[in-house]
Amino acid sequence: MPKITYIEHDGAKHTVEAEIGSTVMETALRNDVTSIVAECGGSCTCATCLVHVDEAWSPVVGPPSAEEEEMLDSAFEVKPTSRLSCQIKVTEALDGLIVHTPAYQGR
Amino acid sequence: MSETIKTDVLIIGAGPIGLFAVFELGLLDIKAHLVDILDKVGGQCAELYPEKPIYDIPGIPYITGHGLTEALMQQIKPFGPAFHLGEMVTTLQKIGEPMFRVTTDRGKTFECKAVVIAAGGGSFQPKRPPINGIEPYEGKSVHYAVRKMDAFRDKRLVIVGGGDSALDWTLNLQPIAKRLTLVHRRDEFRGAPDSVNKMRALVAAGGMDLKIGQVTALEGADGQLIACSIKGNDGTLARVEVDSMLPFFGLTMKLGPVGEWGLKMEDELIPVDTAAFETSLPGLFAIGDINTYPGKLKLILSGFHEAALMAQKAHRYVFPEKKLVFQYTTSSTSLQKKLGVA
Repeated sequence: MPKITYIEHDGAKHTVEAEIGSTVMETALRNDVTSIVAECGGSCTCATCLVHVDEAWSPVVGPPSAEEEEMLDSAFEVKPTSRLSCQIKVTEALDGLIVHTPAYQGR
Repeated sequence: MSETIKTDVLIIGAGPIGLFAVFELGLLDIKAHLVDILDKVGGQCAELYPEKPIYDIPGIPYITGHGLTEALMQQIKPFGPAFHLGEMVTTLQKIGEPMFRVTTDRGKTFECKAVVIAAGGGSFQPKRPPINGIEPYEGKSVHYAVRKMDAFRDKRLVIVGGGDSALDWTLNLQPIAKRLTLVHRRDEFRGAPDSVNKMRALVAAGGMDLKIGQVTALEGADGQLIACSIKGNDGTLARVEVDSMLPFFGLTMKLGPVGEWGLKMEDELIPVDTAAFETSLPGLFAIGDINTYPGKLKLILSGFHEAALMAQKAHRYVFPEKKLVFQYTTSSTSLQKKLGVA
């Protein structure tokens, strides 16, 4: 199974196994990465599962869809590498992915 | 001083469970008023996933959040529920056996024999931007809603956001403001195209300013803003003098005043018994996502079940003299009359 590393704002690091076909958000919740809130449960309607994809991984993960880009307007401190983790599907290609989670998701 | 609204039951929250509670109470001749902080019914179904599919409503293989809300509104129509939308319940007091007094942030007072908290994940409230020291300005010079436009006359305004709220208030307040600056993280707007065009025309004509970036710091004293720092996406830092700021970053669910009513809480949830979904305070019920009990599942179908059992117990408080006879809608003429089908 692919491995994903979540680095929280305070430096706490979680490297966990992710199921192919699940999302980076679901994998975070299953592994108690508490800085992912995911209020809407993965509907791309709340912008509380923001992650900053590691620079090196950003081209692999790719850019947000138009719908996600609009939702990013409701997130804070959005960077060019920012994504909503509910919209990143886990694939073999993402084995080793590193994402940084923010201190604040709006609540 | 506004009048007191007297009703049998007050339901806090007009999401799917609050709506279905009207049905279950209505079958037992119990009248209900509902209060919701959103300006529309449906709760999360309306705010978070109006167009998203729900696959686990019994007997309905597929329905959207909007569709479910519409269907529930149709189902409860015979009972004529009264809605108080865009209002937040702020206080709840037990004033009799059984009698509650409930007030809202819009100055309404309700008196009722039972209260049903169907508040889901809490109340939808505006997201607070993560700017250091913003709290003391809130309500004084930082506002998340416009209640009276005149409060912004001749003021230097900064509006933050890129959706319809930000654009609508930009267009409405620009004519009366002394100067208006719109700040958004990107040079594209998801608001209505017509609003975007009007805003861009104002910028081109010099009637307002548009800055692409984010507000990073505030300056002021005693709750009154003097200026804010705007960091542009190009790395530049600008200081803009400002009297009032209006951030529009959408809504998030917060527990809200429920936590201040002296109820026993567990992780922001209200523990209830599973016979009637009543809290530790007799006559006060909690149904749907806001409650907790052994085995609780946060599903709409669980909330529907909870509403049905709640109504049976609420009947005792509303009609202590009447014996409740259990009936089926399929066969009971009396229930069918209430539903307007017999």
